[in-house]
Amino acid sequence: MLELKNVSFRVDGQKGTLEIIDNINLTINDDDFVVITGPNGGGKSTLAKLIMGIEKPTSGQILFNGIDITDMSITERAKLGLGYAFQQPPRFKGITVRRLLSLAHGSELPEDLCCSYLTNVGLCSKEYLNREVDSSLSGGEVKRVEIASIMARELKVAIFDEPEAGIDLWSFTMLVETFKVMKNKRNQAIVLISHQERIMSVADKIVVIANGKIREEGSRDEVFPKLLGEFDGACNFRNKA
Amino acid sequence: MIENKVDKDLLSAVADLHDVPMGAYNIRKNGEGMARQSTKNIIIEAKKDKPGIDIIVKPGTKNESVHIPVIVTASGVKDLTYNDFYIGEDADVLIVAGCGIHNSGADASEHDGIHTFHIGRNAKVKYVEKHYGEGEGTGERVLNPTTEIEMDENSYCEMEMIQIKGVDSTLRETTAHLKAGAKLMMTEKLMTHGKQIARSNMEINLDGKDASTQIISRSVAKDESEQVFYPRAVGNAPCRAHVQCDSIIMDNAKVRSIPEIAANHNEAQIVHEAAIGRINNDQLIKLQTFGMDEEEAEEIIIKGFLK
Repeated sequence: MLELKNVSFRVDGQKGTLEIIDNINLTINDDDFVVITGPNGGGKSTLAKLIMGIEKPTSGQILFNGIDITDMSITERAKLGLGYAFQQPPRFKGITVRRLLSLAHGSELPEDLCCSYLTNVGLCSKEYLNREVDSSLSGGEVKRVEIASIMARELKVAIFDEPEAGIDLWSFTMLVETFKVMKNKRNQAIVLISHQERIMSVADKIVVIANGKIREEGSRDEVFPKLLGEFDGACNFRNKA
Repeated sequence: MIENKVDKDLLSAVADLHDVPMGAYNIRKNGEGMARQSTKNIIIEAKKDKPGIDIIVKPGTKNESVHIPVIVTASGVKDLTYNDFYIGEDADVLIVAGCGIHNSGADASEHDGIHTFHIGRNAKVKYVEKHYGEGEGTGERVLNPTTEIEMDENSYCEMEMIQIKGVDSTLRETTAHLKAGAKLMMTEKLMTHGKQIARSNMEINLDGKDASTQIISRSVAKDESEQVFYPRAVGNAPCRAHVQCDSIIMDNAKVRSIPEIAANHNEAQIVHEAAIGRINNDQLIKLQTFGMDEEEAEEIIIKGFLK
């Protein structure tokens, strides 16, 4: 179980202190499939980074299975079973897709396993195994390799930051199916930051984050209809100053 | 048989050799020939007028290899050697060179290898050269290689020059002339650390129609080390050239990259790219999210980069 207790993240900018995450309390159970959604700039990615340890909260506490991980490094959290798929993954010159998946896994991955992870994200595995994760891959390809790298790990909490971004419609359909399979296994908590209805429709729970706060939290059936209604009257967040 | 452990380690580091190789070879130690073997198609003979060897590959020789490693194990040795390669028409060979210095004394040990390649028409050459230094002594380990390449029509040459560790000072001079249809692929990989200094000057002249070259230089500079790259591609005919210098800079190191492209013909297409930068922070974070610490992540990134 992952618990965020009164977690805040402030940065000092030119216009004074900015509250990126403002006193958030959130509990994610061991086999939850949670979608975090909300307007751009609302704090979703920061929240994911706080959980992974890429950013440290300015106040509050993060507990994982009862252990206080607030001051733990990224490496220590990774070893506990937390994983994070970047929204914009970095590229690596000279590192092949197969090597990257093996690094994620922690040991050399057999070819057939590598292939199955790649197939799950809509990449034709044979073509990609020995390609380098450098600028020769398109944004969508790098993104799918990133998602595959999370699948190659044995995680307790897998966080995906906008997995749909930059992915074509065909691969996206495949990806949603893959998330469904992951969900049905019920062996890890899955936290997905997403704007996609089709991903939200798979969720157990939806959390809406805006202006650094949780605006809505509940089961999919509770929250999802409200969101659809809200998008009909779109653009209301422009008025927020 | 090679008995001595230092010799064995050096040969393994620079030429992946664990014993005397198959095919033609010449092993040079502390300025003198240690072992030599010619084959039916590849003749290696000592020069008569100066130190060094001629390596003559007969026309049409296919899938054969030549190993010519050099090791320096005595402190204070200054070794100068001339190696001339004559690669016959239509031949296809692998040449493994390399120099390893083990200096446990206080005096500088230096090896200056002057290599000349005459690559015949339609011939194919793959040349791999590794430089490596070790030894607990305070004496400098110096390697100053000079390489001249003459490529005849439609010949192909792939050169990989690698200097990963332990060489205190190096000045590399490379010149090439390419006739019509010739193709030269140069890859240079370099890592410097401590107070090491490395400079590489290169001039590739594309003299014939449809000659082409690709120069890739990848380097990592650590600690207080300094590197200078000066690759030049000169197009004297309708030709293509691509120069790419890419360096990772760490600690207090200094790197200068000066790729130069020159066209003396209006159908010459020459491109260069150069970049110097620290290891990208996102790369480090990504690998940390796999459970590595920062040091391990750095090592993986550098190893991949120089692969």
